[in-house]
Amino acid sequence: MTVVETKASAPPSGLSEFWFYFSRNKGAVIGLVVFLAILLLAVFAPLVAPHSPSIQNRELLLLPPAWQEGGTWGHVLGTDAVGRDILSRLIYGARFSLFIGLVVVTLSVISGVLIGLVAGYFRGRVDTFIMRIMDIILAFPSLLLALVLVAVLGPGLLNAMIAISLVNQPHFVRLTRAAVMTEKSKDYVVGSQVAGAGTLRLMFLTILPNCLAPLIVQATLAFSAAILDAAALGFLGMGAQPPTPEWGTMLAEAREFIQRAWWVVTFPGLAILVTVLAINLMGDGLRDALDPKLKRS
Amino acid sequence: MLRFIFGRLAVLIPTFIGVSIIAFSFIRLLPGDPVMLMSGERVMSPERHAELMHQLGLDRPIYVQYLDYLAGLVTGDFGSSIVTKRPVLEDFLNLFPATLELSLCAILVAVCLGIPAGVLAAVKRGTWLDQSIMGAALVGYSMPIFWWGLLLIIFFSGYLGWTPVSGRISLLYFFPSVTGFMLIDSLISGQAGAFKSALTYLILPTVVLATIPLAVIARQTRSAMLEVLGEDYVRTARAKGLSPLRVVGIHALRNAMIPVITTIGLQVGVLLAGAILTETIFSWPGIGKWMVDSVFKRDYAVVQGGLMLIAAVIMIVNLVVDLLYGLVNPRIRR
Amino acid sequence: MKKLTTLLAATALVSVMASAAWSKTLVYCSEGSPEGFDPALYTAGTTFDAASRTVYNRLVEFKHGSTELEPGLAESWDVSADGKEYTFKLRSGVKFQSTDYFTPSRDFNADDVIFSFERQYKEDNAWNKYVAGASWEYFAGMGFPDLIEKIEKVDDLTVKFVLKRPEAPFLANLGMDFASILSKEYADKLQADGKMELMNQQPLGTGPFTFVAYQTDAAIRYKANADYWGGKQPVDDLVFAITTDAAVRAQKLKAGECHIMPYPNAADVPDLKADPNLTVLEQEGLNVAYLAYNTLVAPFDKVEVRKALNMAVNKQAIVDAVFQGSATVAKNPIPPTMWSYNDAVEDDKYDPEAAKTMLEEAGVSGLKMKVWAMPVARPYMLNARRAAELIQADLAKIGVEVEIVSYEWAEYLKLSSDKARDGAVILGWTGDNGDPDNFLDTLLGCDAVGGNNRAQWCNEEFDTLMTKAKETADVAERTKLYEEAQVIFKREAPWNTLDHSLVVVPMSKKVSGFVQDPLGIHRFDGVDIAE
Repeated sequence: MTVVETKASAPPSGLSEFWFYFSRNKGAVIGLVVFLAILLLAVFAPLVAPHSPSIQNRELLLLPPAWQEGGTWGHVLGTDAVGRDILSRLIYGARFSLFIGLVVVTLSVISGVLIGLVAGYFRGRVDTFIMRIMDIILAFPSLLLALVLVAVLGPGLLNAMIAISLVNQPHFVRLTRAAVMTEKSKDYVVGSQVAGAGTLRLMFLTILPNCLAPLIVQATLAFSAAILDAAALGFLGMGAQPPTPEWGTMLAEAREFIQRAWWVVTFPGLAILVTVLAINLMGDGLRDALDPKLKRS
Repeated sequence: MLRFIFGRLAVLIPTFIGVSIIAFSFIRLLPGDPVMLMSGERVMSPERHAELMHQLGLDRPIYVQYLDYLAGLVTGDFGSSIVTKRPVLEDFLNLFPATLELSLCAILVAVCLGIPAGVLAAVKRGTWLDQSIMGAALVGYSMPIFWWGLLLIIFFSGYLGWTPVSGRISLLYFFPSVTGFMLIDSLISGQAGAFKSALTYLILPTVVLATIPLAVIARQTRSAMLEVLGEDYVRTARAKGLSPLRVVGIHALRNAMIPVITTIGLQVGVLLAGAILTETIFSWPGIGKWMVDSVFKRDYAVVQGGLMLIAAVIMIVNLVVDLLYGLVNPRIRR
Repeated sequence: MKKLTTLLAATALVSVMASAAWSKTLVYCSEGSPEGFDPALYTAGTTFDAASRTVYNRLVEFKHGSTELEPGLAESWDVSADGKEYTFKLRSGVKFQSTDYFTPSRDFNADDVIFSFERQYKEDNAWNKYVAGASWEYFAGMGFPDLIEKIEKVDDLTVKFVLKRPEAPFLANLGMDFASILSKEYADKLQADGKMELMNQQPLGTGPFTFVAYQTDAAIRYKANADYWGGKQPVDDLVFAITTDAAVRAQKLKAGECHIMPYPNAADVPDLKADPNLTVLEQEGLNVAYLAYNTLVAPFDKVEVRKALNMAVNKQAIVDAVFQGSATVAKNPIPPTMWSYNDAVEDDKYDPEAAKTMLEEAGVSGLKMKVWAMPVARPYMLNARRAAELIQADLAKIGVEVEIVSYEWAEYLKLSSDKARDGAVILGWTGDNGDPDNFLDTLLGCDAVGGNNRAQWCNEEFDTLMTKAKETADVAERTKLYEEAQVIFKREAPWNTLDHSLVVVPMSKKVSGFVQDPLGIHRFDGVDIAE
């Protein structure tokens, strides 16, 4: 997903250069491969998953994984408290996590960039007002703010995504604003301004494309952070609601079995970790490839 | 410098008012009302309901409630819990030392391990050591800490039986709270074994809470070090034949520390967010758990007051970091 | 000021601890923090365990492990012929506890009784609003404001309650937690010092344990009341270790960090039972969980539809998955431990095939319905979500499509009472006083429609029986009426009765004398622990 974006946005001449630097980072390539694998699993979940994520097998409650005594290869990672196949739930869960990441990043990037552009371009009172509001949002610990927001909006996946987008968005605002302010004083912008380019044109076509690199890196980080935050909310009982096979929610449901069935606790968390790690690896690679300063060192 | 300080303070006040408006209006938007919860399954008569709403002042116009609340804030009255009827500020002050102790220990661990790890990775850049340190840091940075905590409990408390599961100290020990910090209080109490007990209770939560800051600090230290090591004066120092230890330890590290200190300051918010999860998992009696419980209990007043107090703490810490930064780096004083 | 009291308390504590080396300490891993220490202000069992059953006494007390009454602070009592006057002869020589924050100068007397009640309903009483938002929920809930005419002091050791009408359960209500007796002398001192709020933080009563300290959200400490009128307790110290997570409680119990715990995870019970160092007490709780249809809305207004849906649900599976066996399938709306439980009633048999046919015969096809699942765990239903998922899967087999909905708890309670509610509601009830009326009429009577009657079910035949039973004093007669009512209930099926949960209390084998209480309270008087 992110890769496609990057390719489209980097100037054609820079594409091969980008790939050169990106592929030099072995971790980033591993991250990319893992991420693509998870993406494919998510897309083809109905074909890949051995069972339905919601079918309960009442004869096989809390079945251990296949390699343990009592496990069967029919349920490789075992079953949960109502006899659902954990592997299948994890595969379907990938859909939710990726979807959450995508929605949150889209929402916070669009709103954050717009607000940041406005603040950085117009400056003055508008800027002060916007930045003050961002300060207020940033004065709360993000998870706490998201938790209270979800409590207000009502627990659920959609509301969790909205809340996380809202607490994520100030980062994009600040980043865009800073970039715009730097770019605005540069010659090419002043030049277009003198040549009579309209405000909107200046904002979106002249300045924005030149601020993209840090935004893309931040977006990748926001993607993984969103997955973590959504899982944390799910874990606290305020995110996706059962029986949704969202990983954090699965963990929350599994907590009462912590003594008796380690597998219902272990695997959902592992899935979160692997996904987030893969994305962060990619993020590191992207930063190295896009950030000219670090590239040189 | 004074102007700089006043400038920062002047920004703080409107922000704090904004925070109070947000905290206040959020809570009014919560679905369901706290009065309903008082009676549980037993349905309350509409008359009784109205009477209680009136008693709690919830039937007044919102702006009146807000102004009233604001007036209270000025006198240090953050309202009283609807469930326990205790003043919010009192509970906060009771519980905050627990969170502070945990957070300080976590940041201490993160700094003490993170900076050397980052320096080592930078100096040994490109070696397997660098790669494994950075790999571990990235894993830590990607860690869902609520799961990490559960795993540690399963292994160290459940399987090995080395560490206690929850709480701050064994119940065998009981002494007056002087500082609110269990480690210090246990020493003051002079009871044999109390300090050790407090320490064993602290280990797992500290590890869990330190994980992300540790990773962030290690990564930040490494990149700051790399940047500094590439600077001319370091090259010159090297060329002059100074010992590598001297170059790294004195010249490079000192200059690399400025961004790292900022990073550490920025971890306060991260720590408090982490404390919410860590305290929930380890039943640590601090403000994170208190807030989560209150959200679930729909305790209007506590969520509102707690949000404000926590925001205030973060703002003050950020201010202090800002000022320190201004002190170290005069260029940013406008 | 607060600092000072803490410090004073602290010095006293050190002296307590100094002797701790050879003292016997009982540790109870409680499930939550008490809301406060004035029991009349609250309604949660957690608060009652911590505040009222340890520190306080009442005029009458429930016998250990039963709902029968025995004399408490009242030695004896007389009821007038018209049932409106209750005269209590108080126990003499009862000492209030001496603590480091207060030393009583006189014994318990009638003034204390009058003070304890009057503050709950006399608005001009200085203590009526002594903490912000004080409300006397149980006092109001039991209808006392409309019941009590006046309370009179006859002499120092005699108190007379005058009621506005005869009310048979009055005496039992006086055994409830809100009727705990406080010290007026202590109250006066706090009032004089301008520190009234301490009544809710540093309790002082006549009970078996003396309050020592509360460490917010961590622990509550008590010591045995040396002057207790019932004799000193076998243990010297009692500690409530507040542990909200049930899995953690279980782990602490196994590790020997505490001796008794309430409310284990159902999943942990088999493991706890297998532990050679532990005993697991089990008793049917005074509760029921149900799925209430809205009988005012089509097609659930048809008995056949309700019956068919009942027959399609495998309740044993719910009990297994949600409770791992620590509950029994319910067939009546009252639990089997309650008198008048009609064991002859036959439950709707689990038979999806027959259910499907029945639904077709009723002319219902392609039915879509909502099932409401509570967002919180309650003793009678630990995981409503899981239960709803099972119901969803079961009903899918007879072609009924179920959508599970949930609301925030306060919202849930409110919306589920609405007469126009869409869908069937999972909910339950825990009894207050052991009377069948407290279940049957409260939950299913016509008066409760739009309120506690979540099925919105008003059946004339059933309601007549309820009224009759309430007017009858004779228990045998009432039993017959209630038994009949249960037959009608089953025939009409306004609910699918889901389960009665077992109350499970795992404890260390070292503990002796702990008895489970049918009303769900945890009491530690008379409990001993072997070294």
